[in-house]
Amino acid sequence: MAMLRIFARHMAVFRKIWFTNIMFNFIEPLLYLTAMGYGLGAFVRDIGGLSYIQYIAPGMIASSAMFAASFECTYGSFVRLHYQKTFHAMLVGPVTVRDIVSGEILYATFKSTVFGLVILAVITVLGQVQSWWAALIPLFLVIPGLTFSLLALCYTGVTDNIDKFNYYVTLFLTPSYLFSGVFFPISSMPAWAQVLAWFNPIYHSVEVCRAMALGNATPGLLVHAGVLLAVAMLLMPLAVRLMTKRLIV
Amino acid sequence: MNATVVRAENLGKTYGDFRALKGISFSIQAGQCFGFLGHNGAGKTTTMRMIYGMSTVEEGQLWLFEQQISLTPPVIKGRLGVVPQEDNLDDDLTVLDNLEVYGAIYGLSRGESRARGKELLSFMGLEDKASSDIESLSGGLKRRLVIARALMNRPEIVILDEPTTGLDPQARHLVWQKLRSLKSEGVTLILTTHYMEEAVQLCDRLVIMHEGIILDEGSPRELIDRCVLPYVIEVHLPLSQVPQGITDRVAAWGGEAIQVVDGLFLYASDGQTLWHSLEEWGVPKHACLLRPANLEDVFLKLTGKGNQE
Repeated sequence: MAMLRIFARHMAVFRKIWFTNIMFNFIEPLLYLTAMGYGLGAFVRDIGGLSYIQYIAPGMIASSAMFAASFECTYGSFVRLHYQKTFHAMLVGPVTVRDIVSGEILYATFKSTVFGLVILAVITVLGQVQSWWAALIPLFLVIPGLTFSLLALCYTGVTDNIDKFNYYVTLFLTPSYLFSGVFFPISSMPAWAQVLAWFNPIYHSVEVCRAMALGNATPGLLVHAGVLLAVAMLLMPLAVRLMTKRLIV
Repeated sequence: MNATVVRAENLGKTYGDFRALKGISFSIQAGQCFGFLGHNGAGKTTTMRMIYGMSTVEEGQLWLFEQQISLTPPVIKGRLGVVPQEDNLDDDLTVLDNLEVYGAIYGLSRGESRARGKELLSFMGLEDKASSDIESLSGGLKRRLVIARALMNRPEIVILDEPTTGLDPQARHLVWQKLRSLKSEGVTLILTTHYMEEAVQLCDRLVIMHEGIILDEGSPRELIDRCVLPYVIEVHLPLSQVPQGITDRVAAWGGEAIQVVDGLFLYASDGQTLWHSLEEWGVPKHACLLRPANLEDVFLKLTGKGNQE
């Protein structure tokens, strides 16, 4: 399996950088959690019977995983594609562009799951996890991991300048994150915005993570997972095509 | 008779309005060192990229190991080693890790890859750099490492796109020495260069490329014998100070004068006799140099007598 050999290259790098990387990705959600959960939370009445920190904590798992996958396949992949020419170097070996794309996605999904897992561990320690169903969260995170890495890699495939990732973050990731149901229920938004939320991938991920953390496992969660998986499956051929255009001239 | 490992017929490539390659044909035998000599933009890299699978064949035909290809498939790529024009070492990994990880991409096991990596580090004289960061290496060391990486899979053909561009003379000679020892092991080398000396030192056969076409092909010696007279006098004078009509006088005498940008080269079968005629034609000898003709003369003559960079 050539894509596993590409993944092995990324893991060789990960073994060198994992500590700094995890620390960085762990501190930020923790800051949000304490500032919002304890700080802002003191002024917020219960949401559906949950304290504010209980409400937002599971969303931090989903968002941390989203950011990890997104950054890896925007800045990370762009550096490998454009500056370090890692893709070019690998592509002269017995691999195809599809293998390279798969390796990227696999690695970003792996990182995404690890970072989600770290936040899950933290909120468990903070006593914000109510159910054993939460143990399935890391497994679930593979699905949004695939979706977000593919979304990011497709954007990378059409981006010629590293500064343009600011658009991706500011115009896509940040609004998706803010209006995803992490900080307040989607049901408090106008009807049209609630419809729009269904097109927001992180919304689906937050819904599943919160339900699992609270032990509200319902068959409806499969729909959320299914939406994410369907998006990922649709994006895979597109990502391969865009990268082929960048690499094979 | 050795097997033909690479064969191209009427190979072309167009990027938008730009015809980078205008239908070239060549064939490379196993065990040869085959050179592509030309200016930047002559189409050398385009040709290499098609061979090593970073560019599709859209016009003409290309065969590798007697299999016709449109985009070199992984199984053939596994038999090639590639030294690209630009060093694309993995900055995130150390020197030895670079070799190990790329060996693994070719399917070598961890142990094999490590052993082969160490062997190649010592072959390229890099053994004391095994755990260095890529950034700390000089240009020459990086180039040697790229070559080492290209050998990890014991390739049958090594493709080198300007292997010594930007290297100092010592580093260049070292690389040449290593390439010669590879060749002696039976590895086919395909090389692009714009250094004449490199082509003469290494190539059994070469093609001279210019603006997407092949101008001539042969061994360096054949090309020199065929294309230019054996001796040349370089006239190191501004053209304004060269006596009028010298070109015609040399031609009438039986030689050939070629003007390249603003330099003048006079070719003759008998260098000494031409040399003694210089004073008579009003060209001061102290401004001239007599030497045997070389590949550079062939190149200058074929690539359009000087209107290029």
